[in-house]
Amino acid sequence: MEAMKEAAAVRSGTAVKTRHATPLKKMRKVWRLYVLIALPVLYIIIFKYVPMYGAQIAFKNFVVTKGIMGSEWVGFKHFDRFFHSYDFWRIMSNTIILSAYNLIAGFPFPIILALALNYVKNRLFKKSVQMITYAPHFISVVVMVGIILEMLDPRIGIVNSILKALGMEPVNFMGKPEYFKSIYVWSGIWQSVGFSCIIYLAALSGIDPALHEAAVVDGASKLRRMWHIDLPGIMPIAIIMLIMNTGHMLDVGFEKVLLMQNPLNVRTSEVIDTYVYKVGLASQAMNYSYSSAIGLFKSVINLILLVAVNKIAQKTKQASLW
Amino acid sequence: MEHSAIRESRGDRLFTVFNYVLLSLFLVTILYPLIYVASASISNSEAVVSGKVWLWPVDPTLEGYTTVFRHKLIGSGFMNSIYYTAAGTAINVVMTILAAYPLSRKDFYGKNAFMFLFVFTMMFSGGLIPTYLLVKDLGLLNTTWSMLLPGALGVWNMIITRTYFQTTIPDELLEASQLDGCTDFQFVWRIVIPLSGPIIAVITLFYAVGHWNSFFNALIYLKDQKLYPLQLVLRDILVQNDVDMNMLADVQEVAKREGLRELLKYSLIVVATVPLLVVYPFVQKYFVKGIMIGSLKG
Repeated sequence: MEAMKEAAAVRSGTAVKTRHATPLKKMRKVWRLYVLIALPVLYIIIFKYVPMYGAQIAFKNFVVTKGIMGSEWVGFKHFDRFFHSYDFWRIMSNTIILSAYNLIAGFPFPIILALALNYVKNRLFKKSVQMITYAPHFISVVVMVGIILEMLDPRIGIVNSILKALGMEPVNFMGKPEYFKSIYVWSGIWQSVGFSCIIYLAALSGIDPALHEAAVVDGASKLRRMWHIDLPGIMPIAIIMLIMNTGHMLDVGFEKVLLMQNPLNVRTSEVIDTYVYKVGLASQAMNYSYSSAIGLFKSVINLILLVAVNKIAQKTKQASLW
Repeated sequence: MEHSAIRESRGDRLFTVFNYVLLSLFLVTILYPLIYVASASISNSEAVVSGKVWLWPVDPTLEGYTTVFRHKLIGSGFMNSIYYTAAGTAINVVMTILAAYPLSRKDFYGKNAFMFLFVFTMMFSGGLIPTYLLVKDLGLLNTTWSMLLPGALGVWNMIITRTYFQTTIPDELLEASQLDGCTDFQFVWRIVIPLSGPIIAVITLFYAVGHWNSFFNALIYLKDQKLYPLQLVLRDILVQNDVDMNMLADVQEVAKREGLRELLKYSLIVVATVPLLVVYPFVQKYFVKGIMIGSLKG
């Protein structure tokens, strides 16, 4: 009770001088909370911050026997090597194009689905559509890629069966570098459209029904109501979602890309994350330092992007929500 | 003819029709691949290979499924996945509550510093190789712990849980219990946890789905096939196309093997997904709730 009063007093800036608690006192009062949080903090320090410390090997020639501390410093050598490597522009452009494509193509569909669902009166139909469109979200990446490979198989896949039935030549989709990005993006939309629309449905349910009633009285059609009430209502969320996703620009679905990759399409499918994995862990010569340098480069760009778009998001939020 | 349409104008009726058509289109697009896979998995292997299966099963057989269950690695992978999912989720949920409760308290001195410590890891990470080296140095490589410990806490889930505690557990309750001499430990155990059923259900499900579906940790940390989770076995069969037919005795002819190989893949896809699809209808509303709580405070 006293703690609460004190906290309230501190917050309102009317703390009584004589009762002003020192940090130590405040900490002692809630010491049990520190005991509770100790384990999670220990976890986060060991498994998240120690690797951050270990990232210094990007600036060293890491030798396993010498360890992280013992290996010698080489400055920006590994970064330099990556920037000047033959692969650099190909990997960067693949990464950026793939994520931009994914971001832009994936953006409208959940919104359309949510708007459409919002005007369904039949509850059974609405529930079934929701249930079925959410379901693919729970399919694992491995299974998802398995389905893609089976359906696009050049000899026995259903897609090529259809092409053959229409008198067309079968296509080896996974072997054509030019198809990789589209297959990646559209299968992703198939998998996530339902689940992503939940947030827009939530936003739609938050729109004041009085607006709709007033519009109906004024004789507005459903299309007009959708355009003038619903769409502006979910715009703030939509913009925030778009901006937030931009913050993870360089994090394309690493696992899915890795699984969909094969020697034939690698020209357009190699992204930073898969490259880091290949150079560092999957190759015979373990290039730990070089690989870490590339990974660190990505993390830093991501962090900059995130901080930047967070700023923009805060501004937009203020401008559009309040 | 328009006089009965007090509410629905002609344009609105057109809109409704268009709306239902659009949604049906969405529905068919999502549903077709799912039905196709399920049908192919119980069709005759020749029909699958020759492209005779379009929508419904042709010449139904359970051959694919019996093949799946005769495969040695799939059985052990299934059991391993159940273990990793159960143990991993238990660790996750405990850790999440331990972190979320103190952070939800207004009088927790140093709250913002701790919060920053957690949130910063969402924005920046040491990267793949340093994390791998850490796991290696801790001696976790090729042990079941490498599947459980590196992802013991999800910061996003922790934030959702904290927000839930903040908004649903009234301060008065804490004050009253403190007056009665209840310590923070007792408060968490006797009051917070019993009152937080919905959020605990949500994060349990989020974590469990994550564990069941994950394969990358296993790929880099595990060498021993006996420890492989189902998803990694699936990857070898579905993606690498590495079906060791010697794992299945008594299949001789090449054509039969080829057909069975395809059938096995479709059956596998179904087998790997069924555990989630079985619980899915029951948990769907919790997931939706989780997204909503998460979106309260972006």
